[in-house]
Amino acid sequence: MSLLQSMAQRDRVFDFLVPSESPVDVRHGPILYMEDVTVSFDGFKAINDLNLTIDDGELRCIIGPNGAGKTTMMDIITGKTRPDTGSVWFGSRHNLLTLSEPEIARLGIGRKFQKPTVFEALTVFENLELAMATDKRVLPTLMARMNGDIRDRIDEVLGMIGLEAQYRQPAGILSHGQKQWLEIGMLLMQRPRLLLVDEPVAGMTEQEMERTAELLTGLAGKQSVVVVEHDMGFVRSIARKVTVLHQGSVLAEGTMDQVQSDPKVIEVYLGESEEAA
Amino acid sequence: MHWLGQPFKERSTLIFLGVLLTALVAVTVLHLVVPQGHPLYVSAYTVNLFGKYLSYALLAVAVDLVWGYLGILSLGHGAFFALGGYAMGMYLMRQIGERGVYGHPVLPDFMVFLNWDSLPWYWYGFDSAWIAFPMVMLAPGLLALVFGFLAFRSRVTGVYLSIITQAMTFALMLAFFRNEMGFGGNNGLTDFRDILGFDLRSDQVRLGLFLATGIALALGFVLCRAIVTSKLGRVCVAARDAEARTRFLGYRVERVQLFVFVVSAMLAGVAGALYVPQVGIINPSEFSPLFSIEIVVWVALGGRATLYGAVIGAILVNYAKTVFTGIMPDAWLFALGGLFVLVTVLLPKGIAGVLAYRVRKRGVTENDGKEATA
Ligand SMILES: Nc1ncnc2c1ncn2[C@@H]1O[C@H](COP(=O)(O)OP(=O)(O)OP(=O)(O)O)[C@@H](O)[C@H]1O
Ligand SMILES: [Mg+2]
Repeated sequence: MSLLQSMAQRDRVFDFLVPSESPVDVRHGPILYMEDVTVSFDGFKAINDLNLTIDDGELRCIIGPNGAGKTTMMDIITGKTRPDTGSVWFGSRHNLLTLSEPEIARLGIGRKFQKPTVFEALTVFENLELAMATDKRVLPTLMARMNGDIRDRIDEVLGMIGLEAQYRQPAGILSHGQKQWLEIGMLLMQRPRLLLVDEPVAGMTEQEMERTAELLTGLAGKQSVVVVEHDMGFVRSIARKVTVLHQGSVLAEGTMDQVQSDPKVIEVYLGESEEAA
Repeated sequence: MHWLGQPFKERSTLIFLGVLLTALVAVTVLHLVVPQGHPLYVSAYTVNLFGKYLSYALLAVAVDLVWGYLGILSLGHGAFFALGGYAMGMYLMRQIGERGVYGHPVLPDFMVFLNWDSLPWYWYGFDSAWIAFPMVMLAPGLLALVFGFLAFRSRVTGVYLSIITQAMTFALMLAFFRNEMGFGGNNGLTDFRDILGFDLRSDQVRLGLFLATGIALALGFVLCRAIVTSKLGRVCVAARDAEARTRFLGYRVERVQLFVFVVSAMLAGVAGALYVPQVGIINPSEFSPLFSIEIVVWVALGGRATLYGAVIGAILVNYAKTVFTGIMPDAWLFALGGLFVLVTVLLPKGIAGVLAYRVRKRGVTENDGKEATA
């Protein structure tokens, strides 16, 4: 047991893993900085010389045709995929390429997957409880107690995502849209500095989309949010700055109107979707 | 320590403990108070048999903890059970002392037979319960720690993990078969006489071992319930159903898996240590891959991820085995296989699933009644 305990305590070596501090240094620049990043899968370059900067508190939309590398980009930021070349920095202090997935999560990067994944066997309340930013080591988790502060925080997030009435239901029986919100709620429980949201409104009704837009724009400023989305109407409704990805690199960047009138963009992306429509 | 008290707030745990304690008291009374020859009399043989079932039940709880809640289908838990059993067996061997066939004051008979002139270093200290009893948990715990560390760190999961657990127990079986290992080769350790100075063959000691096993089962059950009802238990379920997602939340899934796996292995070791003095022998057959698979069948039959289902499954299957092997010894494996297929097809959630369904149904009809009268 003592062996286990000492193993479990090795996190202490890295002071940045103690969750309450906000260790990210954004005094001298952006919160996320990707430079010359390249990833190939069996020779195919899914990300090709990508450069991207996200400022602190910004809400950024990323669009691009299927297979443009949007999800792969998020995989790189969260440590799931390691790039072949390039560098990725979180603030000016943390080189994300040297950190593991849980370390990156604990630093304050939260991610919502393209396909909603919530813990279906657990209730909505329990899903949020697990997502809470606390000591995630084994023994503290075993001995964790529910208290008023945690309950208040969970209630607050339940209100933001509009699932107050469902808090005791297993997440598995929620509708698709509700699962998406629960997942955003789980991100919020971690009080992330940077939120990566992959296709949040896929499969949502108009009304649900409006709520989601409100939710995301409400978050910006307090935290930085990166939204990947195909739905142009939705992007227009929330976007301040839009980045267009194509074949693994940035094709254009600017306001929605700027990128939509960019001839390169019209050719590869908007043109395509108009043809399809 | 508040997490250890959590299970006592659950109705199912209270029912389980109530039934178990009642059974322990009932067997004790029927054995001690009812006169021999009376139809309700429970013989020492039967007490012993029940004790054996209870140690299997504890083993099944240990397997359900990792399979039901972590999704790790261990097909090697027999190895942890056997290691606990061997640790106890070594203690019991050293308790024989000079009363062995060869009358050697220190060396067990099989070592004298092999012409060994001194005790191997790893047998030192096993004459003392203070060393041997902790080893019952430490030896399997250490194996689980090393094995689990390697397996979970390299993220071996699913079928591959099951296969390497089988390989682990098989390799240990081959090793323990060898005389040079110093564990009695294929005969194993046997001819025990005393435990803590009490004669193992006396009826009182058999009753004592039965009760000790029952209490160990109760404690092990509460410990496992405490783990699964804690926040860590919810992390286990989360990792079982969506491992990558759990990692992104910041949990070190491999450490959670390692912790629970080691706890489970230690419980299996305790079960083995209680089993050995009751059956009077430990040999490498407990390491056989088939035995580890049988344990999983008990849990599947009883119902996964409930813990009490594992207890029901272990007791029922082993009772059936006792009855069946009495009538048709060769057909047992076919009967077990048939039972397994039948249950997986007809009762995918096992016996516990049926119980839970009946309770829920009764709850619903009660509510309906209330609404109707209101
Ligand atoms: N693990 C992998 N192995 C091989 N190829 C991969 C892998 N992951 C992604 N790819 C490929 O990389 C390219 C970019 O994929 P990615 O999922 O990032 O696209 P996307 O922009 O998210 O598309 P969508 O809009 O469909 O979600 C695709 O062609 C995909 O097939
Ligand atoms: Mg994608």
